[in-house]
Amino acid sequence: MPLSTQSQADDEQYVLVASLDNARCLSNILKAITFKDHAIFSATPNGLKVTVEDSKCLQANAFIQAEIFQEFTIREDLVGFQVNLTVLLDCLNIFGGSTVPGVSTALRMCYRGYGYPLTLFLEEGGVVTVCKINTQEPEEPIDFEFCSTNVTNKVILLSESLKEAFSELDMTSEVLQITMSPSQPYFRLSTFGNSGNAHYDYPKDSDMMELFRCTKTQTNRYKMSLLKPSTKALALSCKVSVRTDSRGFLSLQYLVRNDDGQICFVEFYCCPDEEVE
Amino acid sequence: MDCVVTGGNVKVLAKAIHSLSRIGDELYVEPQEDGLSLRSVNSSRSAYACFLFAPLFFSRYTIPSGHTFRCKMAIKSVQAVFRSLASLEKTVEKCDIVLDEQKNRLTFTLHCKHGLLKTHNLSFQDSESLQAVFDKDSYANVFRSHPRLLVDTVVHFPPSLEEVTVSVSDERMWVRNHVEEEDQSKAMLTELCLASDEFDHFAVRIHNSVTFCLKELRGLLVFAESTGLPISMYFDEPGSPVVLSVTDSVLEGNFVLATLSDDPNHRKNNSRRALTPPPPADDFMNDDIDSYLIAMDTSMAPGPSATGPPTPPLADSTCSKQPAAANNRTRLHSEEEEEEDDTADSSKPPNKKFCSLFFGSVIPPSPQMSTQPVTNQEVLASDSEDDV
Repeated sequence: MPLSTQSQADDEQYVLVASLDNARCLSNILKAITFKDHAIFSATPNGLKVTVEDSKCLQANAFIQAEIFQEFTIREDLVGFQVNLTVLLDCLNIFGGSTVPGVSTALRMCYRGYGYPLTLFLEEGGVVTVCKINTQEPEEPIDFEFCSTNVTNKVILLSESLKEAFSELDMTSEVLQITMSPSQPYFRLSTFGNSGNAHYDYPKDSDMMELFRCTKTQTNRYKMSLLKPSTKALALSCKVSVRTDSRGFLSLQYLVRNDDGQICFVEFYCCPDEEVE
Repeated sequence: MDCVVTGGNVKVLAKAIHSLSRIGDELYVEPQEDGLSLRSVNSSRSAYACFLFAPLFFSRYTIPSGHTFRCKMAIKSVQAVFRSLASLEKTVEKCDIVLDEQKNRLTFTLHCKHGLLKTHNLSFQDSESLQAVFDKDSYANVFRSHPRLLVDTVVHFPPSLEEVTVSVSDERMWVRNHVEEEDQSKAMLTELCLASDEFDHFAVRIHNSVTFCLKELRGLLVFAESTGLPISMYFDEPGSPVVLSVTDSVLEGNFVLATLSDDPNHRKNNSRRALTPPPPADDFMNDDIDSYLIAMDTSMAPGPSATGPPTPPLADSTCSKQPAAANNRTRLHSEEEEEEDDTADSSKPPNKKFCSLFFGSVIPPSPQMSTQPVTNQEVLASDSEDDV
């Protein structure tokens, strides 16, 4: 641990210290939610939650559990701050973000508290770079009030099958329509583009369908522009849970396995576009 | 129309559509008795491609009897159906193509692995018939080779190169990049020489050379390479189109590309055309040298056979028409006409111009139309300018 040379006394002034042997574990998952610059960080003893929002209609959360970090010390119940995510990602890749096996950037992320910058110590091949990113007043993340008791329909799919569909989606369509139903067509993605419409139907007994729990036929439309950023998370993930609640709000939960086989989650909430009869 | 494509044929169909997309922006679909025809033409009408998939290509092929139906649509939207070409073979088990005339839509349903069903409903427009008329068998020079030979040849040319010149002798074929005269001093010339024994078939009757666009050739090569079908090349004289074709028992593909007509280095060698006096504009008899002609006709509004198009703007152009029967076509209204610029007229367009391959009655003869020059307009444009 090249970064553990810092004295114990130094550490005590920080309210949050998190170390990673491979910064890519963090940067990969943050990339999946980088569709806006500002990210709200909230750290609890359980781990780190990073929230990015768009147009008050879309919220993405990345959860990085405390266990993912080699060291995760937090001196308060909740530590919150806001930083520019693009800048943070640039810092995490300051050594070029090499993907060569055996070469990795070690990271030590420290935060002294309100008003202080987020300090990153990055080390690769004996070279240490210290980055200080100014923090901003943390905004309150929107509460989408999406609770599991209101979930009407839920499916869990292997990401592989959705990746194909998302890579082929007709981007001339303004919306993506999702139909979930206990009867046919079970789970359907539809687009309505310039050249016509397209439907992707997943039967409930498909090998790709790990769980199918639909209670009521629901058809909702979501802005394509809002859902498009979630494809980055989809690309990283191995499974995805698609849920809608009684109001038609959409929750997409992606299970992401990192290089070391550890599991993180990325979650998207999206408001429906309009009522569909 | 209702047809089903299964297994590896789905990829063949997809590849055909992708190679047609190298030609033009629109796909002309025409279910015929003898198979499904997919065609495309470029905007300057100097390149045309047609695939005909025989009924045996399909697991099921049914078309409504009694009337012909044809339509066109944006080729991009059809390409989107077969977007992931690489995984197509692995994922798609079956493809249904249903043309619903009432609802005006063409539906592609892909039955994929794991029960995934992809349905694409595409809207279309009615279209005139797009039909090229050419008789490749009458061409002087005929070659056939495995696509690999041509793939390995064109790979030496940069993607930015627009045209290649193919020259032949009894023993050899030379392929080189075409350089316009004014650029000749600074340009790099690349020339490849292919011996006749590299070809499966090598028949040369006239030593000459033709220059045509590389882009469309590359398009066909992608198709031929993936299907492993040999490519045949037919050409005659500069100015008359080169025909590239692939054939197997269930499909046929023909790419017809205009060649540069004004090639002073070689024109003097080509006595065949020069010896034939330009026929009068309304000479119905003169079919032989025009057999390579490509024409477009329309059957949208079948009317009485046209009484002959107006005289082309260039008085000395070779211009002739062929009656429909000459081409074994039964359309009521069909006429072709050729306009050329390879005659010695000083008012000709600049050298680097392709002659349009399509002539004649784009629009059915009707009183208000007959005054418009469009029926007979000489379309001359550099192909490459339109398709970047």
